[in-house]
Amino acid sequence: MIRVIIPGHLRTLAHVESEVELEVAGEVTQRSILNALEARYPMLSGTIRDHVTQQRRPFLRFFACSEDLSHEPPDAPLPEAVASGAEPFLIIGAIAGG
Amino acid sequence: MTNKSGVRVLVGTRKGAFILTSDEKRHQWDVSGPHFGGWEIYHVKGSPADPNRLYASQSSGWFGQLIQRSDDGGKTWAPVDNKFLYDGVPGTHQWYDGTPHPWEFKRVWHLEPSLTDPDTVYAGIEDAAIFRSADGGKSWGELSGLRGHGSGPGWAPGAGGMCLHTIILDPSDPARIFIAISAAGAFRTDDGGQTWKPINRGLNSLHIPDPTAEVGHCVHHIAMHPSRPGVLFMQKHWDVMRSDDAGDQWHEISGNLPTDFGFVLDIHAHEPETIYVVPIKSDSEHYPPEGKLRVYRSRTGGNEWEALTKGLPQSDCYVNVLRDAMAVDSLDSCGVYFGTTGGQIYASADAGDNWAPIVRDLPAVLSVEVQTLA
Repeated sequence: MIRVIIPGHLRTLAHVESEVELEVAGEVTQRSILNALEARYPMLSGTIRDHVTQQRRPFLRFFACSEDLSHEPPDAPLPEAVASGAEPFLIIGAIAGG
Repeated sequence: MTNKSGVRVLVGTRKGAFILTSDEKRHQWDVSGPHFGGWEIYHVKGSPADPNRLYASQSSGWFGQLIQRSDDGGKTWAPVDNKFLYDGVPGTHQWYDGTPHPWEFKRVWHLEPSLTDPDTVYAGIEDAAIFRSADGGKSWGELSGLRGHGSGPGWAPGAGGMCLHTIILDPSDPARIFIAISAAGAFRTDDGGQTWKPINRGLNSLHIPDPTAEVGHCVHHIAMHPSRPGVLFMQKHWDVMRSDDAGDQWHEISGNLPTDFGFVLDIHAHEPETIYVVPIKSDSEHYPPEGKLRVYRSRTGGNEWEALTKGLPQSDCYVNVLRDAMAVDSLDSCGVYFGTTGGQIYASADAGDNWAPIVRDLPAVLSVEVQTLA
């Protein structure tokens, strides 16, 4: 089971309390996690990555295992600790804006 | 007397939506919100065919665009589709420096529900285009004849972005729609959105190379009284304008206004020649002249204006009133409402003679709409 932590505003939107647990088929990558997340919570589609380009929104970051993975390719395997569920995949809103 | 019992004011702000309700006296107000706290709510509007059906444009710099729908007058909401995909190859418009720039979706500025069908709603977006949903927001399709108008590559953004901010549906002709874009100008379709033509003749804009060009004008807002769909009033960047032939020709009606810059304009619910504007000092000084917040009313369809000041701050007031932030109710004594970037919602229950704040300390107000409830 993959553990995903999403920003507070998206938790409100998706009606989830804390972290989300997802079954992810195949290799665990940014793309496969986001596909599974959007399939389970369709209201999140377009809020984390652009509908058309699939690019991560500029003010969001992907962290795991104390590393910033935001610039890794979307199909690159994520650390084993994320794939095993030992560590969460964090979607972080930038400290920006007003 | 009409059989109407109260009003619901729908307020969009920089940090959420608020719903203000009152009975027909409009003295005591109930304030609900923030709904979608922390998100920019550019616009909330109710269906004329079903007042419990509301649509809201919710967006943020972090998470992009959402559209919310309520079927119970704003008590509960649910997100609907948020995919606004340009039809075909998007192409380019003109960027600030004159270079071609790809059309990119940024946000929904305005939602205009159909006059007759609660499930049909139009969306005006940035970069400028008009979309329609016929299934209550579950899916959206572009009316791409507008962007496909030959002038599209020459459209350029105003300071606030290249936004389609005004959509007016003609109650006498379902095939006729008016829209306005900053800074391309006004357009009209007479065939339900398949083809569009610019309706900017008579506009004179000194900030563009050809002041009387077919397109390129920074139109801020347009209003129409439902009883006279051929008569349009416009607040342009500078100049208040009027057309008596559905936009084919415009003429200036700024008259004795202290400044003819501004954003909002609206029309009395029962007097189609009574119009309201809020003059703003200039395009770089977005606040009222002399620090006095004054609504100006013309009872003659323009040119002759009177300042309405009772209950409004007449010193040290430096707020702005944005383009979608004024509305009227249709109670027997017409109510007029507007919101400011300082977070005040001012209301008048007597057509503008006397004003009082409903609330004073909301986030910056982006839009105000009013529903008159039976």
